[in-house]
Amino acid sequence: MLYKKPQIQFYPYIVQRDDYKCVRCLGCVEQCSYDSTFYDEELDAIWNKHEACVGCKRCEAYCPTDAIKIVPNPSRPYEHSSWKWELVMDTYLQANTGGIIITGIGNDKPHRIYFDHLLIDACQVTNPSIDPLREPMELRTFLGRKGQKIVIEETEKGNISLKTKLAPQLQLETPIMFSAMSYGSINLNFQESMARAALQLGTYWNTGEGGLHKKLYPYAGCGIVQVASGRFGVSRDYLKAAAAVEIKIGQGAKPGIGGHLPGEKVNAEIAETRMIPPGSDAISPAPHHDIYSIEDLKQLIYAIKETTRYEKPVIVKIAAVHNVAAIASGIARAGADIIVLDGFRGGTGATPKSVRDNVGIPVEVAIAVVDKRLREEGIRNEVSIVATGGIRNSADVIKSIALGADAVYIATAAMLAIGCTLCQTCNTGRCAWGITTNDPRLARRQNPEIASEQLYNLVKGWSHEIKDMLGAMGINSIESLKGNRLRLRTIGLSEKESDILGVLPAGI
Amino acid sequence: MKKVIIIEDFCIACYNCEVACVATHSRTQDPVKSYKRENLRGKTNTIVELKGPAAFSSMCRHCKHPWCLDACISGAIQRLDNGIVYLDEERCVGCWGCVIACPYGSAHPNIKHNDKEDTKHAFKCDLCVDRLEQGLKPACVEACPNKALVYDETMPEVLSK
Repeated sequence: MLYKKPQIQFYPYIVQRDDYKCVRCLGCVEQCSYDSTFYDEELDAIWNKHEACVGCKRCEAYCPTDAIKIVPNPSRPYEHSSWKWELVMDTYLQANTGGIIITGIGNDKPHRIYFDHLLIDACQVTNPSIDPLREPMELRTFLGRKGQKIVIEETEKGNISLKTKLAPQLQLETPIMFSAMSYGSINLNFQESMARAALQLGTYWNTGEGGLHKKLYPYAGCGIVQVASGRFGVSRDYLKAAAAVEIKIGQGAKPGIGGHLPGEKVNAEIAETRMIPPGSDAISPAPHHDIYSIEDLKQLIYAIKETTRYEKPVIVKIAAVHNVAAIASGIARAGADIIVLDGFRGGTGATPKSVRDNVGIPVEVAIAVVDKRLREEGIRNEVSIVATGGIRNSADVIKSIALGADAVYIATAAMLAIGCTLCQTCNTGRCAWGITTNDPRLARRQNPEIASEQLYNLVKGWSHEIKDMLGAMGINSIESLKGNRLRLRTIGLSEKESDILGVLPAGI
Repeated sequence: MKKVIIIEDFCIACYNCEVACVATHSRTQDPVKSYKRENLRGKTNTIVELKGPAAFSSMCRHCKHPWCLDACISGAIQRLDNGIVYLDEERCVGCWGCVIACPYGSAHPNIKHNDKEDTKHAFKCDLCVDRLEQGLKPACVEACPNKALVYDETMPEVLSK
């Protein structure tokens, strides 16, 4: 056998093929976008270059005779309590390349997930539970500035009208929105799927920083457009077309890191949408070069509000980091209508692994401290809070809202709904599931009709579960749960952690 | 008449249509056995065509005026009442007239090697007429994981373009 360097020889996956069951249809060869599977005509056999396999399991899923299994390679560097094999492999890789290790998807380290240490209270006799199948259950929620007080006017005929002019609101039929994923990092088919599902669900999708493709303008009414530091695709029409505008200051998976879409991925359509020359690198710098203070942010917020004639709420998205409560307070005072808190388990297309796994804080803690701080300062009603970055299921939604969020954004869960297998190679642009790729051969793997149906089903399923859990808590409206931490109890957390979350320990 | 409509934008060249076609037209109805025991490799009525990013499954279009029917010297190719252009393999003499006449390359030659003598007959898509009678969709349509094959009269409005 020819010598191979350790990081190649200790490949993480083996493609096991049952040669008798294999009918040589060559489907797996076509489905593998990493050139790990190939057909040898001379031997009439399908072979694998195991070291190229990323474990995306596309071939396994599409094999019509169930002849393929992707399994972890049992041959690995020796396990050591401080040198886990992943760390050893990373060291080998860096010793050979001298580069930063880039990866996709969210933090996969076993940091404490506070959602799993929160329990939802159930009502019994004093406050009876509600059966959502028989009683009306309200999941509709409104995002945006609510103002200090409401003045009601009574006309001579006895009609009552609202005198206070309310700030623009986003009306959500379920408190779940699709988070920002830019055209370029994902393909148009997936964006269209989210847009269709959002329209059907009565919620919103987010363009990300990649601009709004002309084909998606019909879905802009349920879309949120993003203004990131690169200002890609930002125009008056873009801002006016959407339901809300989001200023991206930071992202949970890579706080303090900018975005970079390599030039080879910028095809003609992406270039047109982003308003950049084809083939040029699309770099969103880490900071906005016109924002170095809350006052600067205020200027941008009001510039956008002026452009959109104060008809659309302005959202500011920040990563959950230390001192997040003070930052959020500043953002609220700068005029933002909605603040998005993106936790460190949020996904991404590409980020240095060291950043993804070690920078930022959990979103649960961020929601709790921001909500608490805004309440203390008496400005909680001035701004809505949207939580994102680690929302995995309906229980996480309920717990986020009980901790103080108004709604949540989901992205990784949405990708899972349409087939993502979390192989963490989004950065390669070779996504075999046709999600994080713009290769025309791969992008067609997401049929918007099928994908939008799956996204719709996921959110619909979660919504039913949310209604069930609300019923168990004896609450008939999601808005009544906002910041209602008495409905939660912690388990297995220290007193200090419970205190920061503002939730009592179980048993009290 | 309902036909299998091919939506090129969503064909991912997974070859599931080919395998499903072979299995459906086999004695055992099993993909592994049909390929391994019945020697049906390459006897598929629908063929996945690939060129660069473009891919689609090519099969009989069941034309209104089928050239294969005009070219058939033995009367093996008939037009059924429901519009399906059907090839009766028993009556086929293997002249390959239909193979040459079809502009879509949808009729294929087949030579069976028997102990005594080789027999020849052409084969082509029968739109899974047996399945249709049972109220099922053609096997390729059923197997297509990305809805690139649709059994309908008109193009669905799901197209991105």
